[in-house]
Amino acid sequence: MENIIEIVGLKKKFGEKEVLKGIDLIVSKGENVVVLGKSGEGKSVMIKCVIGIIEPDAGSIKIFGQEITGLDDQQLKEIRTKVGFLFQSGALYDSMTVRENLSFALSRVLKITDEAEIEARSLEVLTAVGLAEAIDKMPSDLSGGMRKRLALARTLIIKPEIILYDEPTTGLDTITSKEISQLMLEIQKKYQTTSIIITHDISCAAITANRIIILNGGICIGEGSFDELNNSKDPFIQSFFK
Amino acid sequence: MKLLHKPKNYLIKIANEAGEQALFTGQFFKNILKNGFEWNEFIRQCYVMGYGSAGIVFITGFIIGFVLTLQSQPTMKEFGAESFVPSMVAVSVIREIGPVITGLICAGKLASSIGAELGSMKVSEQIEAMEVSGANPMQYLVVTRILACTLMVPLLTLFGDAMSFLGGYVGNNASGNITATLFFTKSMHSIDFADLFPAIIKTIFFGFAIGLVGCYKGYNSNKGTESVGIAANTAVVTASIWVIVIDAIAVQITSLVLYQ
Repeated sequence: MENIIEIVGLKKKFGEKEVLKGIDLIVSKGENVVVLGKSGEGKSVMIKCVIGIIEPDAGSIKIFGQEITGLDDQQLKEIRTKVGFLFQSGALYDSMTVRENLSFALSRVLKITDEAEIEARSLEVLTAVGLAEAIDKMPSDLSGGMRKRLALARTLIIKPEIILYDEPTTGLDTITSKEISQLMLEIQKKYQTTSIIITHDISCAAITANRIIILNGGICIGEGSFDELNNSKDPFIQSFFK
Repeated sequence: MKLLHKPKNYLIKIANEAGEQALFTGQFFKNILKNGFEWNEFIRQCYVMGYGSAGIVFITGFIIGFVLTLQSQPTMKEFGAESFVPSMVAVSVIREIGPVITGLICAGKLASSIGAELGSMKVSEQIEAMEVSGANPMQYLVVTRILACTLMVPLLTLFGDAMSFLGGYVGNNASGNITATLFFTKSMHSIDFADLFPAIIKTIFFGFAIGLVGCYKGYNSNKGTESVGIAANTAVVTASIWVIVIDAIAVQITSLVLYQ
């Protein structure tokens, strides 16, 4: 199967603290890879390196076979039109309505100016996440779960081939968390997306993961399917599943 | 040695900050020339900054004209120069008081609001979200705000000057008896192009400095809610200092070129 994301020997240091000490990860087309690890282990740093927000100290990151480290702003911009990023906080533009949040990237990045097309695409993604009725609301009028759904819709509207999820269910109740996880699975099937999902939520991992990797001390210490890792004898790996 | 160590670190910090501000200014100019100028956001910012600040500029301008007249009138009367009060108010407001007071008001109001807004967008990862979506936050957030500020501060200054004239007339009328026609005729007679033009030019620089400092402080704030307050606070202080420094430089240049 075609490799969409290839990370080799990724290293990143902040001051004296080496957060990533050489991460290797290959994600194939249509695969959902969940990354588990304690807080502060550099999971979010890893996906921010993938999207080019953080410059790695060493290692190689290829997306669709193209090396992204060292790219200039314009080249990164082109890569980013194929990659969606769901922030932990949602990062919704709070001075804009739901409609404006969705159309922001469409008109500026994909240069779509036809109002009817923008409206149709906005409604399509809002319907996909079950938020069609909220199109004229402000983000502040939405609940936590709805904000996550809207953030997901905003990610989907540019029709990305890759989605990077940074703790998509953090701060949500169990039921809403399961709904969001289910939605992520549906999105993978419907839009054939390839994803890296950073989470602490084991039920989210159980629903969404095709494969799980576990980070500890800046390196990958375990890899496998949910069932394989769930049956692991390693006490550290087991601690995530209990 | 320890005593020398601190000032040295402080100087390095100031040099770093100056370098970063210069780079930020360079980014601003680079992004003005890029395709896709955000006209809608620019107009919205002009409205927010201009209309939003008109009230405080009106009150301040009016009171300055009013107080200036009331306080100078007794002294002028002693010298038999009461009829020069409208001219004195007009010249001092147009040349110096109007631009500086409006500049300082805008430094307080606009720089803090820009710093706080962009700072909170940084904290809530909205600026990163724009970046990863492939949009250009510098063009959308920074270019529009700095240009709107550069345009609106001179307009607000003119508005403030007009309100000072009105305040001056009310003050003059409260303690004496002068017709509106006579007051405004005397005021306008005493000012010429050489008074108005340098004053407006310097307010363009005030506006640019206020917008730039507000955007820089907000855009480069650290993460955490405390940083939003720090961004707003340092934006006000730095912008106010810039207004005073630019004014001092402008007065020197004007004196050399026009009054010597």
